[in-house]
Amino acid sequence: MTTKLFGEPVQRREDPRLLAGHGRYLDDLGSGALAVAFVRSPHAHARIRDIDVAPALDVDGLVAIYTWEDLPERVGRPLPLLIPHPALTHGRTAYPLARDVVRHVGEPVVMVVATDRYLAEDVCALIEVDYEPLKAVVGLEEAAHGAALVHDDVPGNVGAHLVQEVLSAAGRGAAEAIEAAPHTLAFRLDIERSASTPLEGRGVYARWDGTDLRVYSSTQTSTSVRMAIAAALGLPLPHVEVIAPDVGGGFGVKIVHPWPEEILVPWAAMLLGRELKWTEDRREHFIAAAHERGQVQHVRVGFDDDGRVLGLDVTILHDHGAYTPYGIIVPIITATQLLGPYRIGAYRVEFSAVYTNTVQVTPYRGAGRPQGVFCMERTMDKIARYLGKDRTQVREVNFIQPDEFPYDQGMIFQDGRPLIYDSGDYPRMLRMVKELIGWDDFRPAPGRGIGIGCYVEGTGVGPYEGGHVQITSDGRVHVSTGLTSQGQGHETVFAQIAADRLGVPIERVSVVTGDTRRFGYAVGTFASRAAVMSGNAIALACAKVREKALRIAGDALEADPADLTISEGLVHVAGSPSASIPLSTVAVLANPLRYAFDEETAKATQFAGTASPDRPPVAEGEEPGLEGRGYYSPIRSTFAAGMHAAIVETDPLTAEIKVVRYVVVHDCGKLINPMIVEGQIHGGVAQGIGGALYERMAYDADGQLQNASFMDFLMPYATEVPRIETGHLETPSPLNPLGIKGAGEAGVIPVSAVIASALEDAEGIEIDRMPISPSELFDLRGG
Amino acid sequence: MKPPPFEYHGPRDLGEALETLAAVGAHGKVLAGGQSLIPMLNMRLAAPAHLVDINRLAALAVVRETPAGVTVGALARHSEVARCGAHPLLAQALRLVAHPVIRNRGTVVGSLVHADPAAELPAVLAVLDGSVRLASVGGDGVPTDSVRRDGVQKDGVPRGGVRRDGVQRDGVPRDGGGGVVALPAGTAVRDVPAREFFTGPMESAARPGELAVSAHFPALGARTGTAFREVARRHGDYALAGVCAVVRLDEDLHIDAARVACIGVGPVPVVVDVSGVCERRPAVSVDWPAVAAAVRERTDPEGDVHASPVYRLHLVGVLAEQALREAAREAAA
Amino acid sequence: MTAEHEITLTVNGTARRVTVPGRRLLSDCLRHDVGLTGTHVGCEHGVCGCCTVLLDGQPVRSCLTFAVTVDGREITTVEGLAGPEGLSPVQRAFAECHALQCGFCTPGFLCTVTALLRENPAPTDEEVLEGISGNLCRCTGYQNIAKAVHRAAELLAEEA
Repeated sequence: MTTKLFGEPVQRREDPRLLAGHGRYLDDLGSGALAVAFVRSPHAHARIRDIDVAPALDVDGLVAIYTWEDLPERVGRPLPLLIPHPALTHGRTAYPLARDVVRHVGEPVVMVVATDRYLAEDVCALIEVDYEPLKAVVGLEEAAHGAALVHDDVPGNVGAHLVQEVLSAAGRGAAEAIEAAPHTLAFRLDIERSASTPLEGRGVYARWDGTDLRVYSSTQTSTSVRMAIAAALGLPLPHVEVIAPDVGGGFGVKIVHPWPEEILVPWAAMLLGRELKWTEDRREHFIAAAHERGQVQHVRVGFDDDGRVLGLDVTILHDHGAYTPYGIIVPIITATQLLGPYRIGAYRVEFSAVYTNTVQVTPYRGAGRPQGVFCMERTMDKIARYLGKDRTQVREVNFIQPDEFPYDQGMIFQDGRPLIYDSGDYPRMLRMVKELIGWDDFRPAPGRGIGIGCYVEGTGVGPYEGGHVQITSDGRVHVSTGLTSQGQGHETVFAQIAADRLGVPIERVSVVTGDTRRFGYAVGTFASRAAVMSGNAIALACAKVREKALRIAGDALEADPADLTISEGLVHVAGSPSASIPLSTVAVLANPLRYAFDEETAKATQFAGTASPDRPPVAEGEEPGLEGRGYYSPIRSTFAAGMHAAIVETDPLTAEIKVVRYVVVHDCGKLINPMIVEGQIHGGVAQGIGGALYERMAYDADGQLQNASFMDFLMPYATEVPRIETGHLETPSPLNPLGIKGAGEAGVIPVSAVIASALEDAEGIEIDRMPISPSELFDLRGG
Repeated sequence: MKPPPFEYHGPRDLGEALETLAAVGAHGKVLAGGQSLIPMLNMRLAAPAHLVDINRLAALAVVRETPAGVTVGALARHSEVARCGAHPLLAQALRLVAHPVIRNRGTVVGSLVHADPAAELPAVLAVLDGSVRLASVGGDGVPTDSVRRDGVQKDGVPRGGVRRDGVQRDGVPRDGGGGVVALPAGTAVRDVPAREFFTGPMESAARPGELAVSAHFPALGARTGTAFREVARRHGDYALAGVCAVVRLDEDLHIDAARVACIGVGPVPVVVDVSGVCERRPAVSVDWPAVAAAVRERTDPEGDVHASPVYRLHLVGVLAEQALREAAREAAA
Repeated sequence: MTAEHEITLTVNGTARRVTVPGRRLLSDCLRHDVGLTGTHVGCEHGVCGCCTVLLDGQPVRSCLTFAVTVDGREITTVEGLAGPEGLSPVQRAFAECHALQCGFCTPGFLCTVTALLRENPAPTDEEVLEGISGNLCRCTGYQNIAKAVHRAAELLAEEA
């Protein structure tokens, strides 16, 4: 393959539009649409006694008010449980509008349609809902205690319980291995809630023309939203199209679907015969979307004098919020990815996912990995501290070695497939990160510490993605793939792949994502999978198109296709550029025509003399057009890895915490565009810094979110994020043709572990709970 | 998050503004910079029936420096006040107020009237013993005729040569903005000293129908230094705790007077005079733990999602020492 | 119940006459009444900075400004930053330095930075951080945004 663009820091092709203010985000569409707003529960847990809409009926501009009672049976059903799992014995999802009980503050109760959002909110304020408050279950301990229930029919609030155990080489279980180990430690770790918090909230815009429904949603999966809408509204799939326009960040929260609003807005648009739009506001996003991270972990570990882990037993209590629409993906990932780059003697992990009267928990960038990595890396640090060893040394003795790949961890991963690492070089990565931060030269001092964190990330999860590539008679290349984009630069990296594969200038390539009109088969953008999945699918589609182009050009040039190559959009005999034919002409020849509408197409008409009169215009087994589809469906995930290190300083008096250096060494296989990968890492680390030092979802005992605003939910500004230094290692994945691994989530995964490690070093106090604020550090110091 | 409906009033001059405010009384709210009010409206935490927008009253967009101090009109934005650098402590405090873009719009007087106990500017006014001038029609304040309006040109726009008017018979400057803002005939004004102005969290002495037309920040004397120290979770956030300090040295550079105002640790800015604890010593030999203890004794912080009361109490002592030492250094310079 | 107000805003050099209720936020007025959707709304309480526009050249939060308050004033939105020759130096620097990902916060940053560099054509690292400290970005981690501000300063100096 030619490698002109693959691996190069090509400037982003989406930027000119976004920089000029010409992006088209959800709320930029549908200027004439009616506005939707919701009355949302002010209680964490309550029975709805009565809804009185009468006081609101006089508001000018009111169009419609709907409660659950108004919904047809099909629309009013509980939302789907997207990822069933045998261990999720008590999966529960919400009704699109609360039926009789609300289970978290923010749950939608009444839907209002008005001529604009101001008026819709006026109406909401006037609707009177009579609630009978019920006991709110808040916090993991209270949920696990089970005295009060979130769902009457879920005993002990336990939605799921799963145990996985991997025996040691000698056939020992974890308990036995720990018992027999020379040294053991036991401790508890806490990670608090945070959330994706994209700067654009969710939003849905629907139009119905009497036959066809077109829905725009700020989603990470338009194809699946489409299927969900068709199912809920009883429409044939070909009559529903869903488009993800420009999306202002996702980070996981927008993979959840269908949101109540994604069903209700199209339903009401059909009923009213009007365009409808709901644009989520910031407060709604805090209380009505999804959160993540909250876990308590109880750890027991047994190890030898070198720090080698002989047995590890982890019990996880996972806060799932009020509902489980996305199944138990998050705790499964925690349980499996906890193992990181290490070979652990015997491992037993058990989790209980419990319900609380808080916003539902679904994946947020990292998706359970930050918690797992926090657990394992705290464990490594504690072992080192106990043995008086350097923390990197303890990690090193536990590493899987480069000659051990593929390495089977003996577990089942989130895709239902075995957890087998495909490739990596962890010892080398450790050397790189140590050198970058100057680990061996660092001299600790009071108030100054260094920390490290390592992780392995399963990326490129199946089942599949597809790509369609078409070359039109103007020589342009149109690439489409079904998964969606939220700023990852897909229009650029997919164009790089197509331009290289087809030998055309990148300027001639355009890429469309997340539009079911263009490509209907897809899974979605999550789990650092877009580049791996769609990248490879597009490469496969390009191979088909290229093969066809060479075949047609070979006929035209009377040359053996094997002797042909394509560069700068010209097909020519290798080494003999004079005998050539432009791809535009090949595209014309690929599509025999009866009618001409310009000079180019005239060449493909029946009297042009370009086709043999002895053969059918479209040969058997061929299709008209210079286009092709490719699908990539890997046998299992590919495993990226990274190691981060940081130096922190703490103020002896105010307990303020400052990250003075932050370094990242990262391995995501072959890099398509290093500039974009680096950008993903920067953004991930910034979110990690937020999760480690600033962000938390603080609920009070009544289930009220105390900090549901950007004033109090402390997303870092430029002044809070350290400069990030990066190094890259490339161990290609043997699983896919491009040799790539996912990069999207990497940055965020180990940050809490790294900061805890560095803080512990600076303060000499064990840091077992994240995030940590100056106030909490002050408390840990003993006040 | 859209504001509830209200009747909008956009008066063209001060007289119209005061009349409107008098007419709407307790149902009205003044809109100046809006950087605190509009978020509350958008969240529907406030729902005034009438909003009186003073943004067209250009005459209120003034800052005047006189030997007695700095007077800031009700429409002077943070960034303008900071740019003119009129008062050293005010300038130090303004650097800590939110972010530059917010400072382009927010007003100094608006921040005082908003009276957030974690905000910087109320503390500045409090530690300096400044005052706010409230104007109204038909109020029970001092009739406007008793306030001299020198320095005001015929066009009503204040120009140079402002005299230190507003000096009461007792000779103590109690000027809430004397002469800087021209008041229409018949206006009642009262100058409320800081210690009476901040009455509780988000509560000031401004009554319905009154407009805070200006605030006066008294000048510092000789050998006087100031400092503002705070700890916020993020740069630009409201402080977890903060202390502004004013220190006056005597001729031997011993601490003659020392005052702090603390934010985030009580319902209003907590002013503590620690001159006595400093025992007229030079800064280096002051018993700082005793000073910190004296400050802590006067504060009663509450906890929230960002910090515990114990931490805030600790912090206010630490910051008091830091601010006082820095102010003393500045005074000696 | 509440009155409508006829106002004129000069937006990106063009006078636009619109009728708005008193409570109409400038952000909504620009986006939905004037039809310039480049100004984004991320929080509606003044913290994220996505809605930052230039009011008589100075950056302000359009979500914390009522449209009627700025009747008669000049407003520049992201759509008005590019010149007849194409993207402005600040916009080009953002592309060059990969200072945007999803692009949602970008218009607010561009307006803020444009004003920052007008006032301070050669800012220090610290001044850059302070200058952009009121704008949230969830994608980039800010490092490339800070880099882009310096790069824009260079481009502006070269093209002056």
